[in-house]
Amino acid sequence: MPDTLPENSVGLVAPQTMHFDAPLALACGRTLERYDLIYETYGELNADKSNAILICHALSSDHHAAGYHSMDDRKSGWWESCIGPGKVIDTNHFFVVCPNNLGGCKGSTGPASINPKTGKPFGPDFPIVTVKDWVESQARFADRLNIDTWCAVIGGSLGGMQVLQWNIDFPQRVKHAAVIAAAPKLTAQNIGFNEVARQAIMHDVDFHEGRYYEHNTVPRRGLMLARMLGHITYLSDDAMREKFGRELRQGKISYGFDVEFQVESYLRYQGESFVDRFDANTYLLMTKALDYFDPAGDFDDDLAKALSRATANFLVISFSSDWRFAPERSREIVKALRDNDHDVSYADIEASHGHDAFLIPIKDYLGVFGAWMSHLVREVSS
Amino acid sequence: MSTHQKNLRPDLQIICEWVQPNKRILDLGCGDGTLLTMLKNQRSVSGYGLEIEVSNIIKCINAGVNVIQADLNAGLSEFGDNTFDYVIMTQALQAVERPDRLLNDMLRVGREGVVTFPNFGHWRSRLQLFFGGHMPVTPSLPSKWFNTQNIHLCTLQDFEQLCADNNINVLQRTVVDRDHKSSFGMKLFPNLLGEVAIYRIQNS
Repeated sequence: MPDTLPENSVGLVAPQTMHFDAPLALACGRTLERYDLIYETYGELNADKSNAILICHALSSDHHAAGYHSMDDRKSGWWESCIGPGKVIDTNHFFVVCPNNLGGCKGSTGPASINPKTGKPFGPDFPIVTVKDWVESQARFADRLNIDTWCAVIGGSLGGMQVLQWNIDFPQRVKHAAVIAAAPKLTAQNIGFNEVARQAIMHDVDFHEGRYYEHNTVPRRGLMLARMLGHITYLSDDAMREKFGRELRQGKISYGFDVEFQVESYLRYQGESFVDRFDANTYLLMTKALDYFDPAGDFDDDLAKALSRATANFLVISFSSDWRFAPERSREIVKALRDNDHDVSYADIEASHGHDAFLIPIKDYLGVFGAWMSHLVREVSS
Repeated sequence: MSTHQKNLRPDLQIICEWVQPNKRILDLGCGDGTLLTMLKNQRSVSGYGLEIEVSNIIKCINAGVNVIQADLNAGLSEFGDNTFDYVIMTQALQAVERPDRLLNDMLRVGREGVVTFPNFGHWRSRLQLFFGGHMPVTPSLPSKWFNTQNIHLCTLQDFEQLCADNNINVLQRTVVDRDHKSSFGMKLFPNLLGEVAIYRIQNS
């Protein structure tokens, strides 16, 4: 953590929690009777409430999108590169809101929360939530904030899927939409990776069919493996080669199964640190939400039909080395928007970082994103 | 304003005059979005530009033009038949890998096509090749043979032959010089005196 906070950071922030008593009917057929959403906001809402931006988070991130929680924080929020005063999502102009999704493990109601019916943690009894459910909960959240229309809804990866869903379910409530490093649905390969991750978690002896809270255990090894696998898919072959090559930790091969290559050490570290900050049941839920996402499914498998009612001005961005959600997948989204004559611009950013590129301040990426955002700034300033 | 107008590429203003108002446009190789901005302002058109350079994409977005990053050499297979009123391509035909295929693709996607290219049959090019014995370097073709992007240069005659071979009708043709002027001479000897050719075409 810095001794002084950087000037272009939103600085010290504190999350807030909103409680909801109205039951939420979920896509799976079950109902959440009541729930909490934890969220952060940056910047000020203007008088006519026209400058609010909703940030939708990805698989393993949360409501802490920017700034620091304390001066002891080692790390800033997950999208510090883009959110802050003078940054692409400029908090001098916009009121930026980021809630933690339902099913999360950072304060919104999720599997680790207490089930009011049993007095014990939900664990595996927490209902499967979908992207559509999240968007519904975010719409209710917007109602409570008295935000009728978002100036923009923005998200990367799984967050980008929520942006699409917003434009399908609440088209009138979105003026601008940025869909970054996303896909209109997962491929079989994507689902395959998610399934291996889930199997790793569920086969851990400490998993106890999801009731590990009651056994005071954590399926550490399973969650760690899931994260290691996920991490490989977020990076590109080039990025891994650049970062680690075949570099050895001790400088020579020791003919054993301990950590020898730097890449092994890195993945183990990523896996282990993830276990300390993330819940296994939430990981299972989030990967399922990804797998199930297929908004065209409700519209004769026609994504253009699904997006026909959208009224937003869209920006779609992909990254050349992203093989998890490849540029072709973004082009499917662009085609569906274009088939409807919707306003859309699309850039495929040359980047070696793989899927994770959407979190990295790459010059062309910020150039494209910033140019698009500058119109929004003019809109809310006039 | 007049300086600005003068600096515009000579072909763009003519295209603005040719395009009917309120139509749907696809601009192939739209650059910084100048033409689409002109067409939006003067003709109230809607549509998209395709562009490969990210620096140009940023300029298009800044100008408020819808731009989609794409490589024209990959063709227009993502676009349905007759989905645009006009598909326009200014000064890019000579730079793509297969102008013939792209031309056919343009007229599949658009009801009409508008194409502009530097005329290699212009007298300056002819003189340089004939008397100088070297590949022409002219104000409208400023690069050397080894670093030029123009890999498929043609003359008006070549282009019209290609159209004839592909059953493409020429609906309108104009040639201009760099100052955007046409002249009596150019009308008489377009392939000799025209520097930039502008065609409006359609499948027969």
